[in-house]
Amino acid sequence: MSSITIAIGLEVHAQITSLRSKLFCGCPSDYRDRPPNANVCPVCLGLPGSLPVFNRRALEKAVAVALALNCEISDKLSFVRKHYFYPDMPKNYQVSQYDRYGLTPLAVGGSLTVEVDGSRRTVRIRRINIEEDTGRIVYPERSILGSRYALVDYNRAGIALLEIVTEPDLRSPREARVFLEKLGSVLEHLEVTDTSLEGALRADANVSIAGGARVEIKNIGSPKELEKALSYEISRQLSIIKSGGTVERETRHWVKEKGITVASRAKELEGEYRYFPDPDLPPIPVGRDLIERIARSLPELPDSRARRIAKEYEIGDYMASVLVLHKRLCDHFEASSRACGSPKLIASLLVNELLRWVDEAGMDIATGVSRLSTDRLCKLVRYLDSGLISVKLLKEYVRLAVLEDTDPEELVFRGMTAIREAEELERVVEEVFRENPKAVEDALKDPRAVNFLVGQVMKKTGKRADPKLVNEIIRRRLFEHGSR
Amino acid sequence: MLPPQCTRLASTPIRVLRERVAEDPDFLFEYIEEVYRVIERHEPQIRAYITLRPKEEVLGEAEALLKSGKLGPLGGALVALKDNISTRGIRTTCGSRMLESYVPPYDATVVSKIKESGGIIVGKTNMDEFAMGSTTENSAFYPTRNPWDYERVPGGSSGGSAAAVAACEATVALGSDTGGSIRLPASYTGTVGLKPTYGLVSRYGLVAYGSSLDQIGPIARCVEDAAIVLDVISGHDPRDSTSLRVEVGGFEKYVVDEPLKSYRVVVIEEMIGEGLDKEVAGVFSKVLKKLESRGLRVEYRSMPLLRYSLSAYYIIAMAEASSNLARYDGLRYGIQPEVEAVHWTDAYGRVRTAGFGYEVKRRILLGAYILSEGLYEGYYLKAAKVRRLLYEEFVRLFREYDLAVSPTSPTLPPRIGEVITDPIRLFSLDVNTTPINLAGLPALSVPGGLANGLPVGVQVFGPPLSEGPILNLARIIEVSRSE
Repeated sequence: MSSITIAIGLEVHAQITSLRSKLFCGCPSDYRDRPPNANVCPVCLGLPGSLPVFNRRALEKAVAVALALNCEISDKLSFVRKHYFYPDMPKNYQVSQYDRYGLTPLAVGGSLTVEVDGSRRTVRIRRINIEEDTGRIVYPERSILGSRYALVDYNRAGIALLEIVTEPDLRSPREARVFLEKLGSVLEHLEVTDTSLEGALRADANVSIAGGARVEIKNIGSPKELEKALSYEISRQLSIIKSGGTVERETRHWVKEKGITVASRAKELEGEYRYFPDPDLPPIPVGRDLIERIARSLPELPDSRARRIAKEYEIGDYMASVLVLHKRLCDHFEASSRACGSPKLIASLLVNELLRWVDEAGMDIATGVSRLSTDRLCKLVRYLDSGLISVKLLKEYVRLAVLEDTDPEELVFRGMTAIREAEELERVVEEVFRENPKAVEDALKDPRAVNFLVGQVMKKTGKRADPKLVNEIIRRRLFEHGSR
Repeated sequence: MLPPQCTRLASTPIRVLRERVAEDPDFLFEYIEEVYRVIERHEPQIRAYITLRPKEEVLGEAEALLKSGKLGPLGGALVALKDNISTRGIRTTCGSRMLESYVPPYDATVVSKIKESGGIIVGKTNMDEFAMGSTTENSAFYPTRNPWDYERVPGGSSGGSAAAVAACEATVALGSDTGGSIRLPASYTGTVGLKPTYGLVSRYGLVAYGSSLDQIGPIARCVEDAAIVLDVISGHDPRDSTSLRVEVGGFEKYVVDEPLKSYRVVVIEEMIGEGLDKEVAGVFSKVLKKLESRGLRVEYRSMPLLRYSLSAYYIIAMAEASSNLARYDGLRYGIQPEVEAVHWTDAYGRVRTAGFGYEVKRRILLGAYILSEGLYEGYYLKAAKVRRLLYEEFVRLFREYDLAVSPTSPTLPPRIGEVITDPIRLFSLDVNTTPINLAGLPALSVPGGLANGLPVGVQVFGPPLSEGPILNLARIIEVSRSE
């Protein structure tokens, strides 16, 4: 697969969740816990006669993002109407931006660099648009298949969105995932988007293999799903190519529940959008002074933060680069390191353990972080330092904290601590020797078979034994045994 | 200049109504009773209204108004609203089957202002469907008849508003003007119709046809009433992003019988060129003579660019209409024909087939075509360019002149059925009014006199925000009519 060039481009939709109201009306932007169609007004419902009024705070947020992504920013903000009929769109057009007919998006020509497995890639940003979100179609049977009707919830309609489009510079699903994570982290650092909110960060991806036709995949809800969808799509295309077929240019939908992409009814989604400048929204000048003011107040961003924490906490570039992919995780790292000391240990627990379990359980990082709290991390550091638990047990403590929300203190209380008393271990080793005479014979001949005996001891002690000590005892006993 | 339906009491102007009611509150009830008598007698023939509010409801509101003591500048005037202006709790049909039962949950900004200023809504008036037409024959419900001659159209698209005011079935009315829809019916019914500068009056709540052209304005029986209503409805509205941020008001003060300034008046030759009826020309030249006799200088200038304005107007209006009318799909409001178990695209097709009339469909199709890939530059962009050039021409013209006058319509009111089947003739009724909308200028139609017993309107227009001088000159035309 390495000899074949894969080109992936993304069209990311990030809600500006930090705004209090929608993009063109006063309805609250926090729609997630509202009953269906309760977060609407004549404007976002597109009632006859209603008119949009631009939420200027959205411009400030968008300019911050454009600056963070090194984009060139237009001197005016002009909106267009993009027309297509769809039930989740109250006006049957979306207010967006466009780059033709003498119009410009808010920003063009930026970049964001990602690092995957030690190699860096600079991904070019084609453009950033401000636009309005649509409502949501809800199927009573969860999916369009098998549902006799569909319902529409317009609570989300009119929420401010940033559309961030990349050039097809990404080369693997993994890279795409890391890119989306990093972009999400930039948005988090800028306090534009709370990416932990369902649907706050979404992406459409286009992928082509070896210069073949471009396939667009829609409806991807998270970085992890993005990696999965692209992996699926690439192997689908490769198998077509292998069997002598040609990949067709089309739009496909990612079906998360099934882990596959399916062809959409392309005719509905492509074609003419009949763009034209929205006559209800006169262009808004974007002043240099505004841009300069925002540039001056930009917060620390992931790249510079990674450089800083690598140095400040001596955790190495790799750990730092992973930590900054998630603002919450990085904040947690810094707070916990300050509170508990041992930044290297904490970085390793967060990057190697927490992220793994969070990913495996499909949990969001915020939940993981709240379960592996600073308080709990401090306890773990103390327990390890005092020898109450081994490194092996430490990992188990982390797993239980993240997956089952168990406090380390509770585990200590249950007696899940390292057995360091030699007497107790001597008894267990004796028992294991008695029960496994064959293994003892083997171990005498082949030192590699010792591991089996160590494993048996660990099993009997519920992983609580100090493996180093167990090893010592077994070797001594084997020596005594052999010399008998 | 009143048609025979009007009685002395029913034709009371706003200022008189205000004064009489202040002296004697009961006068308001007498007045309302009288207007409803006129309505009962003549509305069955004229059919100016789509929705008329019951008399008891209106009397109840009058009582509440008197009790509140806040008569405001409108003093209990009965205001008829074109049925594309959203009224909370009163259905707003736009003259279309599509919205036959649509009841808005909110008031347009102008409606709130009318209510706060002592106006009482009397009903919603007939119009060409979605304001597309010049005769009110495109109403999905029925045509409205001209109070001066029931065989003739009242003009459109605000024909119901103009007919209601002309026949004294309301004190004043609001219309909307995209390409002449206030001024043309004002001209045909002998009323005063004002299209303000684009952005002077909030469009919030006005169902959009051509958003960059639409303006709400008053239709009244006299210039003074129009000025009073303009004072009420104008001003910046934060809900409308195209609303101008200017201090306005005091229009009533411009309604005086003498010129407040020695206006330099211009006539654009292209507006009195071919296609102008000789009856209209006759009334118009009499008006010019009277202006000159009052010492005003009238000069003639040519503006060749005007020949492109009607085409540019229809391209822009149709493009915007096709976009604005996309939302009518029957999903959230409006008609909902039986659409069980069909794909939603088919359901939309059925709704739009059943809900829209022929002219609306035609303009949506043309508009969609104009905006389509590959044609956009040749149509829309070119029309936008003509529009800009036209605006610049007008700016240059109004550096030399204060105001301009023209016949509002090149013809007398057509007979019902006479032009409706001939789009070119129909569109040419708007030849003198559409350039004004393209340039966003203010313009007013004031009756210049009668020809063959039918009213002939004179259009007075000027640079942006020249409503004051326009009202002044219109008042001079109004007073000199009886001289």
